Amino acid sequence: MTKQIIVPFGPQHPVLPEPIHLDLVLEDERVVDAIPSIGYIHRGFEKLVEKREFTEYVYIAERTCGICSFIHGATYCQGIEQIMKIEVPERADYLRTIWSEYSRLHSHLLWLGCFADSFGFENLFMAAWRIRERILDVFEQTTGGRVIQGSCKIGGVRRDIANDKLSGMSRDLDSIRKEIGELTTVFLNDDTVRHRTRNIGVLSRDDAYHLGAVGPTARGSGVAIDLRKTGYGAYDRLNVPVITDSCGDCYSRCYVRCKELFTSIDLIQQAITEIPDGPIDVKVTGAPNGEYFMRAEQPRGELVHYLKGNGTKFLVRSRIRTPTLTNIPPLVKMLQGCELADVPVIVLSIDPCISCTER
Amino acid sequence: MGFFEMTKTALKTVLSRPVTILYPYQPAKKTGLTRGHVVQDGSKCISCSICVKKCPSQAILLNKEAKTWQIDRFRCVVCNSCVDTCPTKCLSMDTQYTAPASKQGVEVFTITYVKPPKPEKKEEPKE
Repeated sequence: MTKQIIVPFGPQHPVLPEPIHLDLVLEDERVVDAIPSIGYIHRGFEKLVEKREFTEYVYIAERTCGICSFIHGATYCQGIEQIMKIEVPERADYLRTIWSEYSRLHSHLLWLGCFADSFGFENLFMAAWRIRERILDVFEQTTGGRVIQGSCKIGGVRRDIANDKLSGMSRDLDSIRKEIGELTTVFLNDDTVRHRTRNIGVLSRDDAYHLGAVGPTARGSGVAIDLRKTGYGAYDRLNVPVITDSCGDCYSRCYVRCKELFTSIDLIQQAITEIPDGPIDVKVTGAPNGEYFMRAEQPRGELVHYLKGNGTKFLVRSRIRTPTLTNIPPLVKMLQGCELADVPVIVLSIDPCISCTER
Repeated sequence: MGFFEMTKTALKTVLSRPVTILYPYQPAKKTGLTRGHVVQDGSKCISCSICVKKCPSQAILLNKEAKTWQIDRFRCVVCNSCVDTCPTKCLSMDTQYTAPASKQGVEVFTITYVKPPKPEKKEEPKE
């Protein structure tokens, strides 16, 4: 029998953007098992909800994650609005959707860059991040922040986008679509990329379903779940296609994200043509009394914000369940049986965001 | 067949100008909405301390006796909450980022606002 050895991987590792620790049990070069552990960047956001007024907590909820920050803020606001039974103006719903989809573009491009970096394709990494820069510029022009937008508030949004700016954004997206087309061709057709991603880290459809995979990880294995189909925000008025692939390997997860970039562009352009004029916020009075589970689709999968208020300005409980947490058990399954050299690619393929996970 | 997919992008990159800028020698990109840092106008501040209460990171401190308004730039998360809630609009958001610093300290602004005297009540003629 081959002797088993344990190789620690992370929390500090060149390919890992964020600290997760994996104890890899190896037999020669083959990974037999992986034992994950997290807990390196816990910040106590959930406790902070008791110390900050629910209107100010939006800024803290947004800072849960530096990549999908807008969606965190919007989900928290939608949860509070459901508890307080606030009807948000239609224009605010559409603006939230537009910014959410821009977040998805930004997150997927960032991921494509990191993914290319994980299999050593530095040039592709830079090409992906160069396009991402254009998305961040739009964020800065419309909200004032590149990474933390701070444009969502309870009862609507804090900033409006002028209609001529919106049509300019729509035209700009046409050229971004062309650039993304060139980029995704490399990811999907280049032999060197395919060699490092095909049949690597395979997750079967049953495993994805039973281990609770969400987002592109689940959709890459053929499980068609997309929370945008539940119709929160303005998604009920837009046509949201769910992109799936059946192979369940790293290439499939990459394929799903590449195609979702185009879906996001379509959704933004669709929202820009349909957005109605009108107010962008309503006045909020009183305090939340009750509890609500708000679910939303993050770039990485399903995000859950559980909020509970007791009629005072301070919430009693906030619980955030992020997609990376639910994607860790499928990750362990993917790692079993792979080669040690493929571990970085597989870990990156679930798009881990540990800062979100630990809050 | 799928070996030279990157060629077009690579050639374009070689022939185009660099995307990055040499910050801080070249100024950073800014827009009209960019949140750089909070500035206070002491001549308009009425010391209501709403900004202190609304600050999610507790970066602002107001001393009513000494008539000072101070902000800890290291704590401030530039969320624009104080600027939005200020009733006299004495706070504004500057688009310039604050310079990096190696020592933590607070920036103190003096409040020079003087409350205008109440208009004297006209004595009603006695019936």
